[in-house]
Amino acid sequence: MTFRQARYDEPLLCERTGQKKDSEADLFDVPVSLRRESLALPQVPEHEVVRHYTRLSQMNFGIDTGFYPLGSCTMKFNPKFAEELARLPEMARVHPDQDPSTVQGILQILFELQGILAKISGMDAVTLQPAAGAQGEFTGLLLARAYHLDRGDAGRNEVLLPDTAHGTNFASVGMLGYHVREIPSTDGRVDLKALEAGVSEKTLALMLTNPNTLGIFEEEAVEIARIVHDAGALLYYDGANFNAILGKTSPGKMGFDITHFNTHKTFTTPHGGGGPGAGPVGVKAFLEGFLPVPILTFDGRAYGLDWDRPKSIGKVRAWLGNSALLLRAYAYIISQGSDGLEHVSERAVLNANYLRHRLEKHLPVPFSGLRKHEFVASGKPLKAKGVRTMDLAKRLMDYGFHPPTVYFPHLVDEALMIEPTETESKETLDAFADTLIHITEEDPELLKSAPHNAAVARVDEVQAAREPILSWRMLQKTKGIHRGEP
Amino acid sequence: MLQAMGLTSIDDLFADIPASVRTPGIDLPRGLDEQDVVRHVTATLRKNRSMETMPTFLGAGLYDHFVPASVRAIASRAEFYTAYTPYQAELSQGILQTLWEYQSFVCELTGMDAANTSMYDGSTALGEAALMAHRITGKREIVISRALHWEKRDVLRSYTVGPGLKVVEVAYDSETGTMDLEALRNAVGPDTAAVYVENPNFFGRFQEDLADIRSIAPSVLIVGANPLALAVTKAPGDLGADIVIGEGQPLGNAVNFGGPLVGIFACTEEHMRKMPGRVIGLTRDVEGRRAFCMTLQTREQHIRRERAMSNICTNETLMAVVSAAYVAVLGPRGLRKVALENIRRAKQLAERIDPLESFEAPVFPGGHFNEFVVRSEIPYARVHRALLAAGVHGGLPLAARFPELGEAALFATTEVHTEADYARLIGALEGVR
Repeated sequence: MTFRQARYDEPLLCERTGQKKDSEADLFDVPVSLRRESLALPQVPEHEVVRHYTRLSQMNFGIDTGFYPLGSCTMKFNPKFAEELARLPEMARVHPDQDPSTVQGILQILFELQGILAKISGMDAVTLQPAAGAQGEFTGLLLARAYHLDRGDAGRNEVLLPDTAHGTNFASVGMLGYHVREIPSTDGRVDLKALEAGVSEKTLALMLTNPNTLGIFEEEAVEIARIVHDAGALLYYDGANFNAILGKTSPGKMGFDITHFNTHKTFTTPHGGGGPGAGPVGVKAFLEGFLPVPILTFDGRAYGLDWDRPKSIGKVRAWLGNSALLLRAYAYIISQGSDGLEHVSERAVLNANYLRHRLEKHLPVPFSGLRKHEFVASGKPLKAKGVRTMDLAKRLMDYGFHPPTVYFPHLVDEALMIEPTETESKETLDAFADTLIHITEEDPELLKSAPHNAAVARVDEVQAAREPILSWRMLQKTKGIHRGEP
Repeated sequence: MLQAMGLTSIDDLFADIPASVRTPGIDLPRGLDEQDVVRHVTATLRKNRSMETMPTFLGAGLYDHFVPASVRAIASRAEFYTAYTPYQAELSQGILQTLWEYQSFVCELTGMDAANTSMYDGSTALGEAALMAHRITGKREIVISRALHWEKRDVLRSYTVGPGLKVVEVAYDSETGTMDLEALRNAVGPDTAAVYVENPNFFGRFQEDLADIRSIAPSVLIVGANPLALAVTKAPGDLGADIVIGEGQPLGNAVNFGGPLVGIFACTEEHMRKMPGRVIGLTRDVEGRRAFCMTLQTREQHIRRERAMSNICTNETLMAVVSAAYVAVLGPRGLRKVALENIRRAKQLAERIDPLESFEAPVFPGGHFNEFVVRSEIPYARVHRALLAAGVHGGLPLAARFPELGEAALFATTEVHTEADYARLIGALEGVR
């Protein structure tokens, strides 16, 4: 496919900033000591603002633009009906502090969603409060901490993570002041011997995603759970890869105690160019009392909120969660139903294995066996030609494909992490495979100088970090320095 | 496709999941078609009373403002909202430039040099700011005012569990409702990492002596601001703030039953490498064109792992896009007009409530932004119910959390309210017995 992204030399809105000072008299109602003299923001006619952002949007690539096989991110089609529902005033213009009697509709939807997520995950209770997957991890670790402290076990300060774990797992552990003990993999799976050796009376929990970030199912899940539980520690399921297992298995069935969901992955709430998401957390019954407050209640007639939870970990964010995203997830789930959700995982796994089959002769896929929703190929063979995986990724753009995730997970050299998702057709997968194979045979210089058809050529990220210019203010200061001004 | 792989059935693809952990599907009803989903969800949501049909005087951090249609049109561009995080800069210049402009707007409003592209909300921005102050100073106490929303205080407590920071609460001045500087002086000590002060505060009161707090606070002063109020009030950076945070929802975002929201986070250049979250930088492409990319990524979870500044990955980017578009559509003149209108309306509403027989407003004299505390001689729960019966939603009841205020509630008003809304509220308050 030929692809040409729009390429505008779009000025910065900040260049339209006036320097006019408003008169003090206007600010009569503002306390004298706080009156602001000037506000150096751009004043631009409305239609020009709309054109500015329309042109900028044309220099951006979304799922609605093209294939987006970004591994671990589950970039599937975002249904448009969910967007329309979230815009209804009964969703958008409802205040979370309203009397429960005036918000029975949204409370009902959230309450039902908790029940649905519990069924999908094999958990007993769910909180919808966490704002994203990483906050779900943070919440889960707070729950594990509260559980151990409640038993009078204060000596647990280590969290076990496989070497394939997402970066957020490490950071969530760090945020809580715990130590990471990394468990190596053997043949792309958790090494049970290493796990046995690593687990101890200091272990707070093991965090695991299954299938893991290589797209490989941890077949020894039950044994892993036994080892961890025998040491008195808990098991946390990172739900980033839930799209692979809907209806086939569940974290609860595998022996996990805590799990999070990423609604912007599995339940296709749009990711908004970086967020929002939502990260509901499910737990087994013995952890229910520790969940964040308030808890949604239903007495058979009305929905309400319960704040009286003496063992609760408290709050991880204000109010109840990203409700407008949770609404979209709810709408998507009931549109799929039990049959549709299982079909989602079947198609997602079929597409990933098919694409791997098409590519593995050209780009090796380390580790044997089936894959689930994604796989990790290696760009290593191209190194001899001086081509790196990043070059391959950039060249994909010229053909209208968003590149896969690159250089992760770390145990695959020159990694290309590919997740096609269930919503893509065989035609798209074949076109992508054909293109990727074609690129591996192209003149290396074409790859190293790619992209050629995007809004800009290769961006100098090193320069951006060396001399950070994070705002118009900083740019003005830098210009001053460069011009030799004070 | 199965044939190409030498497989015969879909089940072959799941042969790696042991029978012992297999589940027999999910116990849910079968899927619905689009029309039925829309019908069902719409009917359920109709059980809500929206602020569109029920005049509502709730604020406490989230405010129902009028948002021009252009703002929603911009945020509805699918190229923006169906994209993932801009890991691949060349394909993502649109959202990168938009976010860099957002950072620039936040910096101008706050008087800071650097801003990130968002935190989850105002409460987690406070939690992250406390952790950042600890990183900067190595000290362990965060001083806050008692006049703070309990949601924020509780979130702050959760965020500070890791390093074991101590949250020290300072009484507010019972006359003015603002931070008591004498109490603050007594609370600040050698282990104080930061002082957090809001302007306007939870009671809607402007902290008029913000400049004096700088001289009392230790090395890190965190200021919490309403970005709309900043259009007419001095930039916290000009009053000595090191970190400025806030709930960004008032800048063009819907209240959304409390989420998604957007946390504003900005700081001085000196501290930018200790800031949490995604940051966009300005640079060039290899052909010399201006370009943007995510930068300072060595602070972040995917590089720094357990030593990252924060675990945040997915944030509230689209809400930041909305805020940027709102600022751009209104411009400085429009923003100042809305901000002043809010101040004027709150003042006028308090003036209409105060003469009523059983009510006092505002409880705290002095400048307010767009909300104020009302005290009632009648148990507020009764007032609340009477208002609901009259089709009006009153303010946020405070008695349970601030018993010292008596039968009080926090009332907010914005430019969305009509004269009919005010008349209905006043009429209903007059009728409470």
